[in-house]
Amino acid sequence: MSDTALQAAPTTKARGYWATVARRITRDKVSMVCALILILIFASALLAPWLHLADPYQGSMIRRLRHIGTPNYPLGTDELGRDMLARLIYGGRLSLIIGILPVIFAFVVGTSLGLIAGYVGGKLNTAIMRTVDVFYAFPSVLLAIAISGALGAGIVNSIVSLTIVFVPQITRVAESVTTGVRNMDFVEAARASGAGPFTIMRVHMLGNVLGPIFVYATGLISVSMILAAGLSFLGLGTKPPEPEWGLMLNTLRTAIYVNPWVAALPGAMIFAVSICFNLLSDGMRSAMDIRN
Amino acid sequence: MTDVDTPQGMLEPVADVGGAAQPLLQVTGLTKHFPVRGDLFSARKTVRAVDNVSFAVMKGETVGIVGESGCGKSTTARLLMHLMPCDSGAIIYDGMQVGRSLSLRDLRRGMQMVFQDSYASLNPRLTIEESIAFGPKVHGMADGAARTLARELLGKVGLRPENFANRYPHEISGGQRQRVNIARALALSPRLVILDEAVSALDKSVEAQVLNLLADLKREFGLTYLFISHDLNVVRYISDRVLVMYLGEVVELGPVDAVWDAPAHPYTSALLAAMPSSDPDKRTEVPPISGDPPNPIDPPPGCRFHTRCPFAEPLCAQHTPKLTDLDTMGHQAACYMAIPGSGHSRAPAKTTGDNAA
Repeated sequence: MSDTALQAAPTTKARGYWATVARRITRDKVSMVCALILILIFASALLAPWLHLADPYQGSMIRRLRHIGTPNYPLGTDELGRDMLARLIYGGRLSLIIGILPVIFAFVVGTSLGLIAGYVGGKLNTAIMRTVDVFYAFPSVLLAIAISGALGAGIVNSIVSLTIVFVPQITRVAESVTTGVRNMDFVEAARASGAGPFTIMRVHMLGNVLGPIFVYATGLISVSMILAAGLSFLGLGTKPPEPEWGLMLNTLRTAIYVNPWVAALPGAMIFAVSICFNLLSDGMRSAMDIRN
Repeated sequence: MTDVDTPQGMLEPVADVGGAAQPLLQVTGLTKHFPVRGDLFSARKTVRAVDNVSFAVMKGETVGIVGESGCGKSTTARLLMHLMPCDSGAIIYDGMQVGRSLSLRDLRRGMQMVFQDSYASLNPRLTIEESIAFGPKVHGMADGAARTLARELLGKVGLRPENFANRYPHEISGGQRQRVNIARALALSPRLVILDEAVSALDKSVEAQVLNLLADLKREFGLTYLFISHDLNVVRYISDRVLVMYLGEVVELGPVDAVWDAPAHPYTSALLAAMPSSDPDKRTEVPPISGDPPNPIDPPPGCRFHTRCPFAEPLCAQHTPKLTDLDTMGHQAACYMAIPGSGHSRAPAKTTGDNAA
């Protein structure tokens, strides 16, 4: 058995899977730039009260729709003369919460449902997946509006309705990934070694299934922010004068001919956050594919 | 088998209950039919993947199972491992039946399997050491002890633990991965290892190394092998006895030399004739068997091979031949040509009682 051909070069150091992924993603420049932008936006939203900003609620009829670069108003003022910089930073608080919380909730619920449906299969799979299909049959905007309308206006209710919109999508992805992994020989081998279903799920399924679902869910954050903006526009989400990017975009819509640059700012924020999340999730996906 | 040198820290193997005369595995009437959903207007059909298969594996021997793709070899392996329930039949492990005198958990320790696809059968997220240590941990071994055992087994299959333990499956070659799979199977101290096309995907030189490794491990751990393959050369090399399957049924069974030298079933003869030979004088121009195997959804009545058999007679289409003893050495075949007085024109006369010519 002393076969020299079988002696591979010594491995440098034992590294766990997630440590490898982390090392790979820190080497990806695009992902790191996106992460930096997101961290900046998150930090400023979190630390808004300590940033010595103008009062985001204090308007003035004589200073309406100032241009970007006006002294004291670096990003101009909105249609009620409120400071745009302060409103954008404070608006990030609500927008990010509404964008991210529903996705997190839906990730937890959808992954559990999809894992169970995919692993158990058979009748339970049919029951779960056909129920999910019922929700999936509605366009997501319509579904969000319908649920929000039924529950009543408010931030909590719009988070709930967006969660319900995203659960079917994540469940579907989770189910298909789980079904694919479940049929792999290593799951059979784990069963053959006498492991119970929960051990197999924990050790063999989760690690292989979470990655793709996580990437998909990250992509949903931007959708969530845009849907939340739509709900606010219809008066089902955030209420004025609360600063929130979607709501701001909708109220400034009328000023697009007067001061297009200022009117586009909330949209630019939504765009920046969405694209950063998308690129970051893309980077995560390639970093998690450690075979390359 | 008492002086088998089990490494320190291995799980205690499932006890040898019946002694040497008791077959390690006894399979009787094993049957698995898969329902196939017909369309709206047709009745439900079934694929007869494994139909009334019976055989025994003695302690310490290697039994080969050969046959074309789709003949039920792998289904048989999965049924034996209890990875899927069988429709009927009994699987008796060392005199004990699962669910009665043997728990499924103990069976899993006593019987392990190596799959064909060395890559798909290792979790890409786990290091090799973790993959091997998983089984013993499931059976209650502490993490540290299981990892020590995993490293020791890596050494036993010819992979230096310091180089391989922390690698991921995609970082090593196919032959090395199959060695890991063998180590993983051995980690539970099984007495029977089912090798389902375990060397088929490897290239020839690596295949030979792995076959030699299997022979060494068999000696060292006192193993019994059930070796499933479509490669007749390999089966002849490694097996003591061989089982030929066709469309879910056993058509011939016997010591490997007896079957190779005097195949009694025309299907076996055809398989052997189809074997590539390195001798140019033995080159065959005529295909020994033609056509595809019939659809197992709708197997032909009578002998299932009669649609492709050059010697088929009306009798073969009407009645199903049973596995019949040809000699006292355990050579059996299910063919009317081998059954004395069966009514087939080529069958030996009943009075002589001799083997088929």
